[in-house]
Amino acid sequence: MSTPNDMPPFGGDFGAFVRRAHAQGRLVVQPRMGFGDPALMREGLAAVARLPAATAGTITLDSYTRVGDYRAIEAALANGERLNGYPIVSLHPDVTLGVTLGLAGPDFQIQVRHGSPDPLDIVRAMSRVGLYATEGGPLSYCLPYGRLPVRRAVDNWRRCCEELAALRRPGAEPHLETFGGCLLGQLCPPSLLVAVSVLEALFFRRHGLRSVSLSYAQQTNHQQDLQALAALRTLARRHLSDVDWHVVLYTYMGLFPATRSGAMRLAEQSVRLAAQGGVERLIVKTAAEAHRIPTIADNTQALRAAADWFDEAGRFADGPGPMGGGDHSDGDDGDDGSDNEVLHEACALIEAVLELSDDVGRALVEAMRGGLLDVPYCLHPDNAGNSRSFIDARGRLAWSRAGAMPVRPQPDHDSPMSSAQLLAALSYVADRSAAASPYSTASRREG
Amino acid sequence: MITDNSYPRRNPTALLSSVSSDSHTWNLVYLELVLAEAGYDVHNLGPCVPDELLIENGRRYRPDLIVISSVNGHGASDGTRLIQRIRADAALAGTPVVIGGKLGTDGTAGAVERERLLLSAGFAAVFEDATDLSPFLAFAAGVHRAVSTATGRIPDEHTERYATVRR
Ligand code: B12
Repeated sequence: MSTPNDMPPFGGDFGAFVRRAHAQGRLVVQPRMGFGDPALMREGLAAVARLPAATAGTITLDSYTRVGDYRAIEAALANGERLNGYPIVSLHPDVTLGVTLGLAGPDFQIQVRHGSPDPLDIVRAMSRVGLYATEGGPLSYCLPYGRLPVRRAVDNWRRCCEELAALRRPGAEPHLETFGGCLLGQLCPPSLLVAVSVLEALFFRRHGLRSVSLSYAQQTNHQQDLQALAALRTLARRHLSDVDWHVVLYTYMGLFPATRSGAMRLAEQSVRLAAQGGVERLIVKTAAEAHRIPTIADNTQALRAAADWFDEAGRFADGPGPMGGGDHSDGDDGDDGSDNEVLHEACALIEAVLELSDDVGRALVEAMRGGLLDVPYCLHPDNAGNSRSFIDARGRLAWSRAGAMPVRPQPDHDSPMSSAQLLAALSYVADRSAAASPYSTASRREG
Repeated sequence: MITDNSYPRRNPTALLSSVSSDSHTWNLVYLELVLAEAGYDVHNLGPCVPDELLIENGRRYRPDLIVISSVNGHGASDGTRLIQRIRADAALAGTPVVIGGKLGTDGTAGAVERERLLLSAGFAAVFEDATDLSPFLAFAAGVHRAVSTATGRIPDEHTERYATVRR
């Protein structure tokens, strides 16, 4: 299958699509779906496109492609082994065109999600078939994704941004989403997530992108998450006024509840957060998350539910959600940010990093070297490893040790951790989701 | 870290690692603590470890136990390739190697068949999606006992040990 030569493949404008949906009061919902089999991949995208909701499609790439081990893909395909995602680099462009043709268009945008510190092959493979939206970043696709030095990831991502930006033409606006709001998925205090997300967006802009999204992943406390989303918007307005940007929330990215009901409650809580935080797009997780790669049906169920909850959330705008709102002790989390602790810390981190160099990429390398950005529990050789976090009595993520970061730790909470204590911290959200009462009965508040 | 093998070691040593395609690390951070609490000195190689790097570190540390953890769904394929290479290496041919985690992409479906294949390829034990760690702890304790008896080492079981996340 192939498009005629005089017709360049679809490029689209991911950011504009999301903006349009938002203006209509709709939340764009998007899966993290990916299959090794092209036929299944197409079927999945078609199923997502058909849903009666504002959806974006996803092609999630497999782990071999992420580490550039194309020989392993050949072996797996030859042995009939199942990959954990779509091997876009190894498949002929015509095969991928066969996956997207007739689906990708102005009303159905497709984003490629991966996790590679060396993404050039991937960016070239996607752009050949007219896919111009992806995600990542020089830190967030390096620290959690392998052992490549940060310095090299920064170089690779610079080139990737430049090549993506060069694809811009009428009707085609390349889009890049930061993964900085996720990092290792759990136990990272929100201020660092917000700071890295903003810094990566600055890096994208500096290297030519005009359309970006800033990610943030749901954490342990609803109120703190609202502060983080407000902080992200404030900082984006301050630093990114000359590009198209929106905020994308991820449903919890850490250890997920093992039960269907727990998974649904956590997902509903994230929709609630999206609604209250004014988020434009949500990446959803499915009830299969704790167990296996989700099927098409797992994904469409999750997307449908998210869209329904969002409609409902509009009618109960201030309700706390099925897992409760956490504390409300510091009242105003509004945009002025006067008592937004996440914003204060994120500002301090961003300013400290930007002072290191006029070049954002170099500043990021220096910041990692000096431990000004230091991700708790991160094993990457370039991470200083002098910071630690804990979940405080109110359920908020806080620093027990800050290393060289300009944030204030609570050293009273800095004690060695046993395996059982670590597992308890990792399980905090899953345990709370399992224990919470269903939203539809006990905690529903008339609005 | 122990780099000099002539120095009398007090604890048995475990080499902990992921496979070449897997970038997950919380499993490794957790298992490092578990192994330390079980009385091992642990070398945690981290995520995305190419086969050669693992073998190189195996030759260097001569561990008493090699623990492979993978959760990304490629563990069975990566593990099969890796264990064949470990078994072919003269220095490591006799070292017990175990693997665990989420080894396929479809939950526990196919786990029995995967275990059979991984055992016949050379793993000493397979612990798929082991939320209950007791079989693994029993295995690790067995290796610990055998090593301590054979070398006359006195394990410092009475010192409370907490591993730290290494750089
Ligand atoms: C956090 C997370 C991430 C983070 C990881 C950050 C990091 N650096 O670690 C991020 C977001 C970066 C990530 C990325 C990816 N992830 Co991920 N991730 C998770 C998640 C949500 C939690 C994992 C976790 O932290 N667990 C905490 C630890 C302590 O538990 P554990 O890993 O399960 O290990 C336990 C047992 O399995 C056991 N165990 C593990 N190993 C061993 C070994 C031995 C010897 C023994 C005895 C026991 C044992 O002990 C532990 C304690 O019970 C899981 C889903 C879930 N469980 O909720 C998905 C999950 C593991 N990820 C998955 C996938 C596929 C990926 C990606 C490939 C992206 C994708 N296609 O979706 C990439 C990885 C890229 C790569 N190159 O590998 C899949 C794996 C699917 C499968 N096996 O069928 C899961 C299950 C999600 C899903 N349902 O799709 N992920």
